[in-house]
Amino acid sequence: MSNIFSSSIGRKLIMSISGLFLISFICVHLSVNLLLIFDDSGELFNLAAHFMDSNPIVKIVEPLLAIGFAVHIIYATIITIQNKKTRPQKYSVQNNKATSSWSSRNMYILGTLIVLFLAVHLSDYFYKIKFGIMPTITIDGTIMNDAYLVVSKSFINHFWYSLLYIASGLFLGLHLTHGFWSAFQTIGWSNTLWLKKLKTIALVYAIIIATGFSIIPLYFLIFM
Amino acid sequence: MNFTLKIWRQKDAKSEGCFKKYTVSDINSDTTFLEMLDILNNSLILEGKEEPVAFSHDCREGICGMCGLFINGRAHGPDTGITTCQLTMRNFKTGDTIIVEPWRAKPFPVIKDLIVDRNSFDKILQAGGYISVNTGSAQDANSHLISQKDAEEAFDASACIGCGACVATCKNSSAMLFVAAKISHLARLPQGKIEAVERAKKMVAKMDELGFGGCSNTGACSVECPKNISLTHIAKLNREFLKAKF
Repeated sequence: MSNIFSSSIGRKLIMSISGLFLISFICVHLSVNLLLIFDDSGELFNLAAHFMDSNPIVKIVEPLLAIGFAVHIIYATIITIQNKKTRPQKYSVQNNKATSSWSSRNMYILGTLIVLFLAVHLSDYFYKIKFGIMPTITIDGTIMNDAYLVVSKSFINHFWYSLLYIASGLFLGLHLTHGFWSAFQTIGWSNTLWLKKLKTIALVYAIIIATGFSIIPLYFLIFM
Repeated sequence: MNFTLKIWRQKDAKSEGCFKKYTVSDINSDTTFLEMLDILNNSLILEGKEEPVAFSHDCREGICGMCGLFINGRAHGPDTGITTCQLTMRNFKTGDTIIVEPWRAKPFPVIKDLIVDRNSFDKILQAGGYISVNTGSAQDANSHLISQKDAEEAFDASACIGCGACVATCKNSSAMLFVAAKISHLARLPQGKIEAVERAKKMVAKMDELGFGGCSNTGACSVECPKNISLTHIAKLNREFLKAKF
């Protein structure tokens, strides 16, 4: 195992494992968020948010998630800086469009946009729920944060805020169209048969994630 | 057909280079790109004002891996599955301006005009891209049972001619497809399996040491590869490397 994580493949392994961990988190996150639009009373979402807030397993996963994000971001930065150094003299013309997808070439830019969104997102919801003053609601005799009220209000009252969430959902989708299958490729779980399948699964997953996250603010903007 | 050529001219490795404009006329559409450069060079020699354009070439039938030019932003030009010597002028329109550059990557320094030093590929091969055992003669080869699938995939990988288009086109100047082709080729065959662990470790270490970038799986290398080497060989390389390391 000597020096594995200083090798180019080892660094990519870290990116792919942390990426797959974040992909599974995104799936759970979207499942909970979709409750926002399936129950206009907000009861289901509040119950789910309360469950996530009080569940001991989530308490353990939370710091792991923070580490996952940090590792993914730090290694992406290291890899990008090192890769930039490999071509000191650029081509005067390079027709990248003919050979690869825009997302695959701009994963770091997409990632940066997602991180910027994450900063806004965490300061607005996560920080407020954890450390701020939240309105409360009583469901089945249990007093809990009325997260539904906070989320729905911010989407209904702030057009630009909703737009930010819609755009970020799309950025995340684009990031995943490449990141999902690329993670399996890096681990080595790909062959002639599976490469095409993985690319299709990645596209489907990315569309589900992008659409899922984007329709929530859209729903509040249009129907509420 | 008539063309305007913008060609990278550089006296030697230490000199600064720049683009120079040339025109060629009455080029037959079946002329190959290198033949078109030969025609240009003939006229430059006859004029006697400047040196002919230096470019690498040898077999001119797509098997030696010597030629390699970055033409209009594409490695080996606009066609796919071919080397520069197999590129014909019918892929262009008469009157086109064609930009011709050498491969650009830190481990491929320009020696002169369009010629780059690809010794770094040899160094990667010297690090482990070989088998140390005697493979014997025909009857010995027949005694080794190899599945059709492994034989086919090893053969596909062995088609790599080391031209460097993968590095040239990769946004990270990564040599992963080249290294993957060698590792995948040898690791699938009984004689190559013996040194698979050491080979994966040494070749990847050498690739990193020489300054090639990491793989972002954009797939550009495979698109530009004249031998259509699949990206799945990179997955195989990753498997071999991780198996060797863990």
